[in-house]
Amino acid sequence: MPHTLFDKIWDAHVVRAVAGGLSVFYIDRHLIHEVTSPQAFDELTARGLTLRRPEQILATADHNVPTRHQDQPIQDPLSRSQVDKLTENCARHGVELYGLGHPYQGIVHVIGPELGVTQPGLTIVCGDSHTSTHGAFGAIAFGIGTSQVAQVMASQCLLLDKPKRMRITVDGELQPGVSAKDIILHIIARLGTGGATGYFVEYAGSAIRSLSMEGRMTVCNMSIEMGARGGLIAPDATTFEYLHGRPFAPQGEAWDRAVAHWQTLFSDEDAPFDAEHRFEALAIRPMITFGTNPGMGMPLAASIPAPAAAAEAPSFEKSLRYMGFEAGESLLGKEISHVFIGSCTNSRIEDLRTVAAYVRGKRKAPHVEAIIVPGSKQVEQQAIAEGLDQVLAAAGFELREPGCSACLAMNEDKIPAGAYCVSTSNRNFEGRQGPGARTLLASPLVAAITAVEGRLVDVAEYVDTYQLSS
Amino acid sequence: MEKFTTLRSGVVPLPIENVDTDQIIPARFLKATTREGFGRNLFADWRYAADGQPKPDFVLNDARYQGHQILLAGQNFGCGSSREHAAWALYDAGFRVVISSYFADIFRGNALNTGLLPLQVTPAELQELFALVEQDAQVELTVDLPSQTLKVPGRSEPIRFELDAYKKECLINGYDDIDFLLSQEEAITAFEQHRTWIF
Repeated sequence: MPHTLFDKIWDAHVVRAVAGGLSVFYIDRHLIHEVTSPQAFDELTARGLTLRRPEQILATADHNVPTRHQDQPIQDPLSRSQVDKLTENCARHGVELYGLGHPYQGIVHVIGPELGVTQPGLTIVCGDSHTSTHGAFGAIAFGIGTSQVAQVMASQCLLLDKPKRMRITVDGELQPGVSAKDIILHIIARLGTGGATGYFVEYAGSAIRSLSMEGRMTVCNMSIEMGARGGLIAPDATTFEYLHGRPFAPQGEAWDRAVAHWQTLFSDEDAPFDAEHRFEALAIRPMITFGTNPGMGMPLAASIPAPAAAAEAPSFEKSLRYMGFEAGESLLGKEISHVFIGSCTNSRIEDLRTVAAYVRGKRKAPHVEAIIVPGSKQVEQQAIAEGLDQVLAAAGFELREPGCSACLAMNEDKIPAGAYCVSTSNRNFEGRQGPGARTLLASPLVAAITAVEGRLVDVAEYVDTYQLSS
Repeated sequence: MEKFTTLRSGVVPLPIENVDTDQIIPARFLKATTREGFGRNLFADWRYAADGQPKPDFVLNDARYQGHQILLAGQNFGCGSSREHAAWALYDAGFRVVISSYFADIFRGNALNTGLLPLQVTPAELQELFALVEQDAQVELTVDLPSQTLKVPGRSEPIRFELDAYKKECLINGYDDIDFLLSQEEAITAFEQHRTWIF
């Protein structure tokens, strides 16, 4: 009987089925960070429990860390205490921590892949909804709540019901200036912010296959933004090439055995999916969001549509009021004061290269504040080694130190109330980037062009310049 | 976790769709390292002005709904971030039930692990309930978990809702998944001997 990629990995990880369709489901790798783990550690302590497999946990500090002066003590006392608590908990329970100052520190969904901790066929969880990122390697990866963090710490398992299977196929070639971010914003705009609730998505098709690992991570990262439990892509030569030689990837003979296994991880022909969607890559344009959920997106050069259904109108209008926009309006020419390039969606070396390639020899508009926050220390060091820091500095961009930063504005990196920010992150929720902040999600290229122009422009007209310089 | 069997309570109507967990509890309040105290910042940016004063037009500040323990919300409630703090904030503020036509997956799990019942009704039933609360702000609904019914005044038949049998038992008895998972130790250890995908 044919099986989907998702079924193959899921079924292999069922320890046992229990009544009512639930399964005891085994977790291979558990990533933790300072914000969603302290209550889980306390829960274990309160029950007199220990961590079952501390060697299968990897910790970093990312959500609530400053992006300046990371070599100095954290100024905010609450943030400092949260990060200190992670350090204490990891030391006490024997968990490997890549904290501030460590050469491997960074956003949890950036460091897992770049260290080779993320591998095909694994189950990976983290107390963070963007854990779906790791699905780019053909892993089942998903976000969990803090009670579940404690469950995995205690038992290395979760009690789960199996999600339904959805396949999203994107075929064809992308137009110049259209990136992985545009693909996923296009898909979410079509399916809606709850359109994949209850499903685990497999992304397939020639346009997906042609993406780099960085691009695939961007796509899988935002699966949660249409409600999906996670997203994954079958591993292939691109995946193996990316992983080869990474610190935690299998080495030598083990590598050959690993690749032989990984090559069996694909959906069989005629494997059954509960839902299927198809998209043409050629029809995808550079995207922008205009509202307060990621489903409210459109081609940058289009006009803001009317709500899809009358029942949705009040929420839709509330959203546009918050943004200061009106249905039918074009956003071209809209002045933008802030540009944020970063987050687990778009802070990898490829993203920094894209931005640097466009802004080389240019200068950001005087009224724009442009910050670029690398996803990890390794990304930061790579950018410096390639001289991208110089290019960005010359263009007036501020290159910060790694962390989640203004994606969720837990630290001091906040967008002021009322200000418009073109952001490469993943959520445009009200106040996400700071109380009253107005977020427009876009690709790194759109963000770079916006920073230089100081307003939203039709990217198509600028792509030639970009291609020449890159 | 506290036990939950039945609840008779008034309703707080929040007829907004896609309420994300950043609205329920904004990230800047997630710096606490304990589970308690998030209720005061529940819906902080909708509830309070920048100077900290309550916004009179937000439903939680409306005297008619004070003390009500059932939140009635638009579809796709709890989307976005996996922060369980959202469920803790609702619970800490006194809510024991959230009714919607569907919930985001992670929020649903977090709510059940917190002792907060995510009660799913059909879109038509949701509209009916919003209309009822609009008509009478003091209307009381009765949630009966053992029979999986929601009794609505003036309605001939109670609304029946679905819930996984295991999760229902957990709520009724105040159990959580850790107890169950630890009881599976032998099976888990046996499973770990054969993880052929680890290299």
